Amino acid sequence: MDYSLNELTRAYRLMKTIREFEERIRSEYQQGKLPGFIHMYRNQEAIAVGACLDMTNDDYIASTHRGHGHCIAKGCELEGMMLELACKQDGLCNGKGGSMHIADMTKGMLGANAIVGGGPPIAAGAALTAKTLQTGGVSMAFIGDGASDQGTVAEALNLAVVLQLPMIFMYENNFYAEFTRNPKPEGRIAERAGAFGMPSVVVDGSDFFAVHAACREAIERGRNGGGPTAIEAVSARYYGHFEGDPQAYRDEAELRAQREAGDPLPHFLADPRTASLDVKTVAEVDAAIFAELDRTVELALAAADPTPEKLYTDVYVNYEGRAMQ
Amino acid sequence: MKMSMREAINLTLHEEMARDNRVVIMGEDVASGQGGVYGVTAGLTEKFGVARVIDTPITESAIVGAAGGAALTGLRPVAELMFIDFLGVCLDQLLNQIAKFRYMFGGQARTPLVIRTMIGAGEGTGPQHSQILYSMLAAIPGIKVVTPSNAADAKGLLAEAIRQDDPVVFCEHKALYLSECDVPEGDYVIPFGKARTVVEGTDITLCGLSRMAVLAEQAAAELAAEGISAEVIDPRTLSPLDEESILASVSKTGRLVVVDESNPLCSMASEISGMVAEFGFDYLDAPVQRVTAPHTPVPATPCLEKDYVPSVADIVRAAKKALAY
Ligand SMILES: Cc1ncc(C[n+]2csc(CCOP(=O)(O)OP(=O)(O)O)c2C)c(N)n1
Ligand SMILES: [Mg+2]
Repeated sequence: MDYSLNELTRAYRLMKTIREFEERIRSEYQQGKLPGFIHMYRNQEAIAVGACLDMTNDDYIASTHRGHGHCIAKGCELEGMMLELACKQDGLCNGKGGSMHIADMTKGMLGANAIVGGGPPIAAGAALTAKTLQTGGVSMAFIGDGASDQGTVAEALNLAVVLQLPMIFMYENNFYAEFTRNPKPEGRIAERAGAFGMPSVVVDGSDFFAVHAACREAIERGRNGGGPTAIEAVSARYYGHFEGDPQAYRDEAELRAQREAGDPLPHFLADPRTASLDVKTVAEVDAAIFAELDRTVELALAAADPTPEKLYTDVYVNYEGRAMQ
Repeated sequence: MKMSMREAINLTLHEEMARDNRVVIMGEDVASGQGGVYGVTAGLTEKFGVARVIDTPITESAIVGAAGGAALTGLRPVAELMFIDFLGVCLDQLLNQIAKFRYMFGGQARTPLVIRTMIGAGEGTGPQHSQILYSMLAAIPGIKVVTPSNAADAKGLLAEAIRQDDPVVFCEHKALYLSECDVPEGDYVIPFGKARTVVEGTDITLCGLSRMAVLAEQAAAELAAEGISAEVIDPRTLSPLDEESILASVSKTGRLVVVDESNPLCSMASEISGMVAEFGFDYLDAPVQRVTAPHTPVPATPCLEKDYVPSVADIVRAAKKALAY
């Protein structure tokens, strides 16, 4: 497959944005400037970007608790994201969602999800919309190796096959669910999905080109009425389950090796297909990313909190004025 | 001995497992890693081995259902539903299966099962990890619902939960895990359906559930400084509920504030208010006051979450309103 310079630059920019966005929020979080729990996506960037590169705002994704990368790859603005992670009034969800429930309907980003396995049935519903309204859209659920065991995932797989939905089950096998090693051998997840009656493949999740090729095929299949696809992308988790988890349960030498082998950015830049992406362009992209991060962090930290009455907005009845409030 | 609620629960699990080898622990990350996100099951694997401390996949329906089936047939499982919010994933097994066995099977079946689960807001965990939901469970015949407000009660109630023969949902407020008090050593069992009088008083009854019992105690201290004698009652078990003790207190004080972190509609606060209105009407000198969370989800942003959770000031205000009636 040939890639235009434009496509390569976009893929690089998105992967690098995810990487630096997260490194930046990690540091802000460690200084106590961001609330809640955050889950780092490092070394899985090629999965989100490879998955979403061919999507438009009419395609949908349902994300997970580890959702920053999915948001950025789907086109969410850093400003709205940063404000949301800081839980501010002008965040994508007015501060009511935070990192684990961030969503952007204008971008077809149907939400991060703090319920493991919560996303796939919702993504199936979005695929049903696309199919019924004949929008040509597809829908993708991101699913962790741990989440792959959840009953909701099996039910969504079956429904997608029965209804021949334009859907992609994008499994991210990062070898861990919280503090527990995934006991399933590589490929088992794809095999299971395949057993429901859909094409399924296993790809190296640190290889943008491998992920992208698999997703392009799956998206085309969906758009052309060919039904669902499952992809298992494998790339070891870099940091702890959530920020602050020192992951003492991991073997140090193995982790070191996985960290190095799983970094998608050097893979990408060393690939002959990216030869047209020169050092100067890369430097310019990087500089723009850092500048945007500086701007959005400063803005988010200084931004206004939601005012108290916002507690009662976006409900259809608030019972305000009753004794209990 | 002085210890935190988290330590008291951990100690009780150790003691009960040593006492009865039919007691098994099962759940996500309970065995490996650090004994769950908050370390409540730490050390059990080392002591009792992986045959009795069982790490499960992320499959709440199977965890709760299998624990129920095991309880039905001779084990005494203590299953962990990490957050009560995950009830959404597995409710059928609890509602239509486990809760029904004893009655539906004509008394032949008993289900000595404990489901330990975390409840409550205040820790910045957002809309899908902060709910209370015990009221919903207390509305289901066939399940006992327990929620301790301190380490000593946690020990006595958990021991009883494990030793008695019916399904119990044991709700642990995560904001109480580190709160310490003296905990009786050795065998310590608190029967269900017995409220604890936290503070004796004569002017008004503050009935606080779970963490709200702690806040009610603080409110009583503030009221005492103003010469108001508040009695604080902690029902400890929501089903069965010690209606007698609540009514006895109201018969003495003539006024009642129920403090419950639930959403207000169909809450334990509503249940207790209704019960007192029906059976304690003659004792009442003022309308029963409910202090609850608002009828909204729990917002992620800490500034709104703070307003969401009932405060000591809310309790004092409600008490004064009842007293001024
Ligand atoms: C229904 C449900 N069960 C359990 C959890 C707690 N939990 C949060 S993330 C997680 C591990 C998920 O592992 P995986 O799906 O592999 O995703 P990863 O964290 O590796 O991205 C667990 C058990 C949850 N949030 N929701
Ligand atoms: Mg994982």
